[in-house]
Amino acid sequence: MIEFRSVSKQFPDGTRAVDDFSITIPSRKTTVFVGSSGCGKTTLLRMINRMVDPSSGSIEIDGENISAVEPVHLRRGIGYVMQNSGLLPHRKVIDNVATVPLLNGVPRKQAHADALDLLDRVGLDRSLANRYPSQLSGGQQQRVGVARGLAVNPNILLMDEPFGAVDPIVRSDLQQETIRLQRDLDKTVVFVTHDIDEAFLLGDQVVILQKGAKIAQQGTPEEILANPVNDFVASFIGADRGKRRLTVDANIAASGDDLLLVDAGGYAAGVISAPGGRLAVGNPSPKSRSISNKTDQAGDA
Amino acid sequence: MKWISNNLELIGQLSLDHLAIALPPILLSFILSIPIGWLANRFAWSRGVLLTLSSLLYAIPSLPLFIVIPVVIGTGLRDPINMTIALTLYGIALMVRSTADGLASVDGDVIQSATAMGYSTWTRFWRVELPLAGPVLLAGVRVVSVSTISLTTVGAVLGISSLGSLFTDGFQRSITAEIYTGIVVTIVLALIFDLVIVQLGRLLMPWTRAPRKTRDDSRGRLAEREVTA
Repeated sequence: MIEFRSVSKQFPDGTRAVDDFSITIPSRKTTVFVGSSGCGKTTLLRMINRMVDPSSGSIEIDGENISAVEPVHLRRGIGYVMQNSGLLPHRKVIDNVATVPLLNGVPRKQAHADALDLLDRVGLDRSLANRYPSQLSGGQQQRVGVARGLAVNPNILLMDEPFGAVDPIVRSDLQQETIRLQRDLDKTVVFVTHDIDEAFLLGDQVVILQKGAKIAQQGTPEEILANPVNDFVASFIGADRGKRRLTVDANIAASGDDLLLVDAGGYAAGVISAPGGRLAVGNPSPKSRSISNKTDQAGDA
Repeated sequence: MKWISNNLELIGQLSLDHLAIALPPILLSFILSIPIGWLANRFAWSRGVLLTLSSLLYAIPSLPLFIVIPVVIGTGLRDPINMTIALTLYGIALMVRSTADGLASVDGDVIQSATAMGYSTWTRFWRVELPLAGPVLLAGVRVVSVSTISLTTVGAVLGISSLGSLFTDGFQRSITAEIYTGIVVTIVLALIFDLVIVQLGRLLMPWTRAPRKTRDDSRGRLAEREVTA
């Protein structure tokens, strides 16, 4: 469990990136900070591994105030995945994955064997192990970044817009992979993004942030979608534009049992099955997010 | 040509002398430029000050410098140590800028991520920043190497033996072939050094010559995705 208590951060140039921020991030769940650029979400994330120290307030991990923990030691126990992967360009893929274990003094042979297993785990072919990062595609680099973040088997994994720079198809692939990994590994994931769809897809808890890291709304995707607390949230999740309010299009004949759904703007948004004229009613639990890319693409576009 | 064939042994010996004088300053200026270059990037004020000061070193005329150094440090006029110090100073003059530029050229994202991995500042410098500054450092060392090998000849005027001795001796005794030999062998030596440095760079920085790869899917297997997506 990670706890922020009245945390503020003022940068030397006077910018107040975070203003009196408090939150509890539950263990073994994915918490997503979502907001526009400049809202302070990355600063929040970097406070957890002391890349940024708060100007006031405190942060605790499992009850321990991290300001008392030596930063280098703290960071080696927390996985970190960033946009553009941040891989070391002069190290082969396998050495990149093994970076932290090697720093911690794990014997090279052992670290490399573990790294190969991690490549399997994130769905990368072992033949890539001896390549340099520049020889990989963007999506492959991000996968290596995730493998590296998992290398010390950390309880906490910080992800800073990890899929922001890859194309939509690869992004959707990586999102599914993240969901699959999280199901297997049960980490405390803190994920930062500006993409609300990504936040709703990945987050058990979603935190919508305004400038100064002010919490606009916090809750499960279902709670937020059903009840946006104010205009900002409504606008952010697209509810005010009617993007999320779907109706059945009566003008187009159903194909088989499917009826076409349109959003408030009249644009096609999906289909709903209606066998025998009765609308299908879904059972929300248990959830399965391992739906195919094609469905995701429709939502993304 | 006859002069050359009669004096092969002398040319060989002078080449070795030349090498013995030139090599230490090239190494020393490389090593000493690292902390200076680091310091140059460390503070807002330090870059301008340190780069200007070090560049100014190069403006000191070489012959007077060879004479001033023994006076200051109390060595004999023909002590090779004087040459080492003077040539190291010139090397630093050229190298500090390369080192500072090289370190500044390292991608900020990479440094951030190395920090997030848990590199200490010290380890990060030696294992991440310095290696990644490598290509720019290499370019600097190549210039220093050529410059040092050429400047080494000046010592001959003071009687410190090097390939420059072929000029001084050739002038005194009006042996044109000897003068030309001095020039050509110095250039050849500089070229050899350059080749060795470039090869060393390739060896130490294998990632710079890794061929770029064409894209396939994000798993690294050949595309097996359906095209209908």
